[in-house]
Amino acid sequence: MRLITGSADQTVKLWNVQTGAQLYTFNFGSPARSVDFSVGDKLAVITTDPFMELTSAIHVKRIARDPTEQTEESELVIKGPQGRINRAVWGPLNRTIVSAGEDAVIRIWDSETGKLLREADKESGHKKTITSLTKSADGSHFLTGSLDKSAKLWDTRSLTLIKTYVTERPVNAVAMSPLLDHVVLGGGQDASAVTTTDHRAGKFEAKFFDKILQEEIGGVKGHFGPINALAFNPDGKSFSSGGEDGYVRLHHFDPDYFNIKI
Amino acid sequence: MAAEVMLMNEIEAKAASMGIDLIIDFNSIQLPRGEDCGIVSDDEDVYHDDHLEFDSGFGNVIVVDNLPVVPREKFEKLEGVIRKIYSQIGVIKEDGLWMPVDPETKKTLGYCFIEYNTPQEAELAKEKTNGYKLDRAHIFAVNMFDDFDKYMRVPDEWAPPEIKPYTPGENLQKWLTDEKARDQFVIRAGTDTEVLWNDARQSKTELVYKRTYWTESFVQWSPLGTYLATVHRQGAAVWGGANTFNRLMRYAHPQVKLIDFSPGEKFLVTYSSHEPSNPRDANRVVINIFDVRTGKVMRDFKGSADEFTIGGAGGVAGVSWPVFRWGGGKEDKYFAKLGKNMISVYETETFSLIDKKSLKVENVVDFSWSPTDLILALFVPELGGGNQPARVSLVQIPSKVELRQKNLFSVSDCKMYWQSNGEYLAVKADRYTKTKKSTYTGFELFRIKERDIPIEVLELDNKNDKIIAFAWEPKGHRFAVIHGDNPRPDISFYSMKSSHNLGRVSKLTTLKGKQANALFWSPGGRFIVLAGLKGFNGQLEFFNVDELETMATAEHFMATDIEWDPTGRYVATAVTSVHEMENGFNIWSFHGKLLYRILKDHFFQFLWRPRPPPFLSAEKEEEILKYLKKYSKKYDAEDQDVSMLLSEQDREKRRMLKEEWEKWISEWRRASEEEKLERQKLRDGEASDEEEEYEAKEVEVEEILDFSEEVLFEE
Repeated sequence: MRLITGSADQTVKLWNVQTGAQLYTFNFGSPARSVDFSVGDKLAVITTDPFMELTSAIHVKRIARDPTEQTEESELVIKGPQGRINRAVWGPLNRTIVSAGEDAVIRIWDSETGKLLREADKESGHKKTITSLTKSADGSHFLTGSLDKSAKLWDTRSLTLIKTYVTERPVNAVAMSPLLDHVVLGGGQDASAVTTTDHRAGKFEAKFFDKILQEEIGGVKGHFGPINALAFNPDGKSFSSGGEDGYVRLHHFDPDYFNIKI
Repeated sequence: MAAEVMLMNEIEAKAASMGIDLIIDFNSIQLPRGEDCGIVSDDEDVYHDDHLEFDSGFGNVIVVDNLPVVPREKFEKLEGVIRKIYSQIGVIKEDGLWMPVDPETKKTLGYCFIEYNTPQEAELAKEKTNGYKLDRAHIFAVNMFDDFDKYMRVPDEWAPPEIKPYTPGENLQKWLTDEKARDQFVIRAGTDTEVLWNDARQSKTELVYKRTYWTESFVQWSPLGTYLATVHRQGAAVWGGANTFNRLMRYAHPQVKLIDFSPGEKFLVTYSSHEPSNPRDANRVVINIFDVRTGKVMRDFKGSADEFTIGGAGGVAGVSWPVFRWGGGKEDKYFAKLGKNMISVYETETFSLIDKKSLKVENVVDFSWSPTDLILALFVPELGGGNQPARVSLVQIPSKVELRQKNLFSVSDCKMYWQSNGEYLAVKADRYTKTKKSTYTGFELFRIKERDIPIEVLELDNKNDKIIAFAWEPKGHRFAVIHGDNPRPDISFYSMKSSHNLGRVSKLTTLKGKQANALFWSPGGRFIVLAGLKGFNGQLEFFNVDELETMATAEHFMATDIEWDPTGRYVATAVTSVHEMENGFNIWSFHGKLLYRILKDHFFQFLWRPRPPPFLSAEKEEEILKYLKKYSKKYDAEDQDVSMLLSEQDREKRRMLKEEWEKWISEWRRASEEEKLERQKLRDGEASDEEEEYEAKEVEVEEILDFSEEVLFEE
């Protein structure tokens, strides 16, 4: 079983999960920002940041079954979008790559030719940097979170905007429950407002929204710094959040959570 | 793009080639007739401004009449006297003083012309010297030279004015008849100004009217809520209507900075401050008083800022606003201004001083009208190091009879607080201790409506406590004081009419260690919000003063403004753009339940629309109270209907959203099914979409720990 990691040290590494051994290292000219395995794990999509003369780019690498046969070669490199690409993931059947980043525009690329197939509508799309993106379990829709204090739900195949969730804070991380129709948004605050926002401990919340009705259900407080990462346990019964405060918090839902009715 | 530079010879060459003679005879050019050369200005406001001074060339000249008629020998002496008087006001132009002489009698004609360098000086001279008594027989009559022209143009024949057809006005009070008895408020955020209904039942607002750039600086309601005033560069305007806001009237006042309505909405006072021509002088202040409905200027006041800043600390524009304070409630009959050693009280029949002179009060520094009666309270501080004590006086207007006075010894400063019905006056007096090193505070409480106006002195339990806030209960007999030197001060409640001690003030309770620095009574009394603004970052405590218990504590982080709605049912708290984050407002019920909140960036103002006092007679009000249960049944039923309707609407909306979602899901499922085979191929034949499933197996392991043999019986 394999793990792929991307780092600011300008490398992407493959690891063996059971043993912890490093299997392979890909080298790049700039920090690697986002990684994702394709369906079937034969390909991986990697994004790199803009750095010096290099623009940001999306790389597709073939992953060999046998790590000894792994090569550095890229199947495809897409250059183009302005600014940092914060996330790139595979579309259904690996035919497309979905990217989102600093310029707030979601793009769908052909994974074989690298051609730009679709761009999200500017009017209804995000207005500021898209910080996070997460796919549904079946890949049919995905959720993006942005510094414009909102998260949006999109159809992966047509890039139609389906839902919008509005909060009071810039969104750094998003997650979708695999079990119930809930989405979770985690965020922070504008850097300029650091000295004027409520600094009392535990005020940063992971906010839960009803996915269909777009209404806020509740929040889980605890972090005393902005939340940067959110992930659901695949069984849907717990989730974890990581924050600027240096803590990772594991939350297990009590039975009432599963009975929430608005 | 760089500007194109053309050489003169190029121009001449071009002109020559076109047959144009470049030499122009300017005298032969005929301009179109009229002030505006026949060109219509698109800045029409400028031309409708009556206060524009057209440069006639004589704007700096005044005519002084009623001078003594003197023979040649006395010319120089008279001229010297005139010159001395008028040089004090401004710089008389060289050869600017001319006293015409009758060619036959060789005596002066009794008037003279004086020319200054600027029209401002001339105006100031006219203001100051008109009515000046040279001696008993000669009182100066001073006018602007240009005024003569104006008055002489009045036609000799009187022509009756045209009668315009009657257009009925809109019902400006229509908002009071809202079926759901809602209140309105105005908010300003960014460049938008909006008037909204507070629909608390549905926990939301409803738009009445919105306009971008409606005002150029701020907005203000008139005291009875009839008009909304906006302030612009050229003056102020008021808006109102039945269902929307139309501009009802404009008031020209260039560079107006502050406005104030009279309590009955009959008059609007506007203020502006201008840089003087001589930088060492104080600013020049212009105050106009307009009739609200007709827009006519009833009176103007012009002078140096020094004349308008006696007493109170100078505020934003250098004066303590409002400069003119209105007295006697909604009648709008009198207004008064603090002056040096006097209080000038004017009446609105003629807009002149009552009895033609100001009320002389040596060293007066502050005054305050009763909110309901024609009584002025004024304060004179201590003089001569204690020889003449400070005093508070109550003076009746217009008789100027002193109703009551009290000397206050060792008082360094004082502040006056009237109760809303004019029943009580509290004077907070800061006194020096015997050593003069520190001050302690006491209250002089005047019972205005009782015979001889008895005064009671109240000191706090701990005399040395600093007083942070004081507020009378509106329409009630109680007051609240925030006092103490700790970071969390105490709050005490007193009553002027307690059950056992009818004539004496008594303390009801003291709440210790509160995070509060401001008091907000409900307009009907009985309830109060104890607020911690600024340093306390928006703490709110909703307190029931009848029961003396806290109803709720809450917080609106960084709140800057708090205002009760005029009915006392709701409280609005707001965070304005003083702070960068989380601008917007919250609406709470009177007992502290948050009903809804609206976030708006760059939030500047929140103002409830005031309501006029009820039109019902006292008897009718009593009757309604008596049968309240009967009336309220009808409204309870209505409330039920509304909430049922709401849920119905809500349910419908949700049902539709869920239906729409189901459509998406089935679409995705269909696409996914179609692609299922493809996916399998990608996974090298693995059928399952799930990530590698792991199996948890329970395995029983038997492990032999020890083996031992024990012989039981030996045969």
